Amino acid sequence: MIISVASGKGGTGKTTVATNLAVALSERGTGVELLDCDVEEPNAHLFLQPSIERTEVVETPVPLVDESKCTFCKKCSDLCRFNALAVVGKRVLVFAELCHSCGGCMLVCPEGAITETGRELGLLSFGHRDRIGFINGRLRVGEAMSPPLIKKVRSAADPDRVTLIDAPPGTSCPVIAAMHGADFVLLVTEPTPFGLHDLRLAVEAVKLLGIPAGLVVNRADIGDDQVFRYAESENLPLLLTIPFDRRIAEAYSRGRLVVEELPEWREKFVDLYRSIETIVHGRQAAVCANS
Amino acid sequence: MRELVIISGKGGTGKTSLTAAFAALARNSLLCDADVDAADLHLLMQPTVKRRTDFMGGSKALINPDLCTGCGTCRPLCRFDAISERLEVDPIRCEGCGVCVDFCPESAIDFPVQRCGEWYISDTRFGPMVHARLGIAEENSGKLVSLVRKESRQLAEERGHDLILTDGPPGIGCPVIAAIGGATALVIVVEPTVSGIHDMERVIDLAAHFRVPGMVCVNKFDLNLEMTEAIEQLAQTRNAALIGRIPFDPVFTRSMVAGKTLFEYGEETPTHRLVREIWGNIVDSPSMNPLGIVDFKATIQ
Repeated sequence: MIISVASGKGGTGKTTVATNLAVALSERGTGVELLDCDVEEPNAHLFLQPSIERTEVVETPVPLVDESKCTFCKKCSDLCRFNALAVVGKRVLVFAELCHSCGGCMLVCPEGAITETGRELGLLSFGHRDRIGFINGRLRVGEAMSPPLIKKVRSAADPDRVTLIDAPPGTSCPVIAAMHGADFVLLVTEPTPFGLHDLRLAVEAVKLLGIPAGLVVNRADIGDDQVFRYAESENLPLLLTIPFDRRIAEAYSRGRLVVEELPEWREKFVDLYRSIETIVHGRQAAVCANS
Repeated sequence: MRELVIISGKGGTGKTSLTAAFAALARNSLLCDADVDAADLHLLMQPTVKRRTDFMGGSKALINPDLCTGCGTCRPLCRFDAISERLEVDPIRCEGCGVCVDFCPESAIDFPVQRCGEWYISDTRFGPMVHARLGIAEENSGKLVSLVRKESRQLAEERGHDLILTDGPPGIGCPVIAAIGGATALVIVVEPTVSGIHDMERVIDLAAHFRVPGMVCVNKFDLNLEMTEAIEQLAQTRNAALIGRIPFDPVFTRSMVAGKTLFEYGEETPTHRLVREIWGNIVDSPSMNPLGIVDFKATIQ
């Protein structure tokens, strides 16, 4: 089971939901692994406090040109759609930060003058907190491309455990990389005009990927009721509401988990998981019945 | 002309609400929404769109089944696993590199340019606004951010606006890099939480990397005073100017629900006064005005 926790708008409580759900599930004996795929600003470790066992530098291949073999035919720079190569006189300039690692230049070079070296994307960390597995990606400051690092985090997941993905905000390629192939997307929003507007975009993204989704409304008593109405009109199941509670906000500010500070929330997060399970299994049954 | 970009690293710290409040205080500014992925500024500005333009991003591969002989050359060449066993391209996985297009022995793969969104020039009650909407699941958000910033600068020059107020995206990746390069200064809005301080540090690293001066404002500071102090201390050691603190105040949410900026909603409260002071600190800051000129209009231009 892969559950991706996403939101559209930032700061709505994705990390709060993902980390508390992980702890609540683990405590009742479910094998869980949390993947922090918000690689630009990873935060889950601040709340989960995992012990990190190992780290791994992630690189993406970029071209390395051997100018002694190069005939400056420009086939590589003509092929590259990202302007990562330029042939200027008897020099080949490689703009590694623009390279998307497609390998086209290496394939097209008739002289075999191009090999690959790496550009550092960031760091993967592997660890655990009690029985919860933990993996996060940390984008190198100055690196523009987060999707390849997100894909690396995803590919390191343990398929035998429930995977909880803490996704980045937004609806463009990094979010898609964090939702693609998930069994369920849990959308977290707040009931404000900004929250609603960005939720609509996130729902569009989820529909495009064809993944079932459900909603968590955080700080449920601020703002207005438009988010609830929208969820109803979209048949988006409302799975959990978290009220604005200064105790929760202050616990969050210190890096404390809600389930630790207010133990009555454990059962609510477990119920949230049960609702997700029911939806996903119901859908799988429907798919089997139809095929 | 100067450009002030409001960013935060962490999402949801109050960038857009503050940008809108500053717009209400600034004289002769132009607004730019550089959060093209989840743009919200228009919800407070209710812009009247004057010009709408398609944003054409990269291309995506499309296999023409009439020409395809099913040789499968393309499939192993694609490093993004975008070509299925049935030799169909998954547009979500396609990176737009064109390798399959160039190496298809039958020239059976088309490479149409994609419409990835649209961008607008609009009028608002606080002056012109340049904004955009990136299509769902699209790439090239950095390219669109660069485009709206370029158009903002051009429009500001044409119409004689001396300040561009840019609402930035969260994070530190491609759209943020596109949003801050070459800006006059950054306002970094931070909330006093463990994630707020963590994310601020990364965004300050990014600002330093691109050599843009930053100023720090702590929002909802009273949620955790100790953390607020830690943030301010860290900001100072990193040479980011402190421009003020804003308390947790539901007036921000209420004005948002009303579709208004802070200064158009309700009675003047201490929060209003604090935001005015912060705006004053920004305008007077050395990064916005390195020469200390009191009245730019009076100088030889």
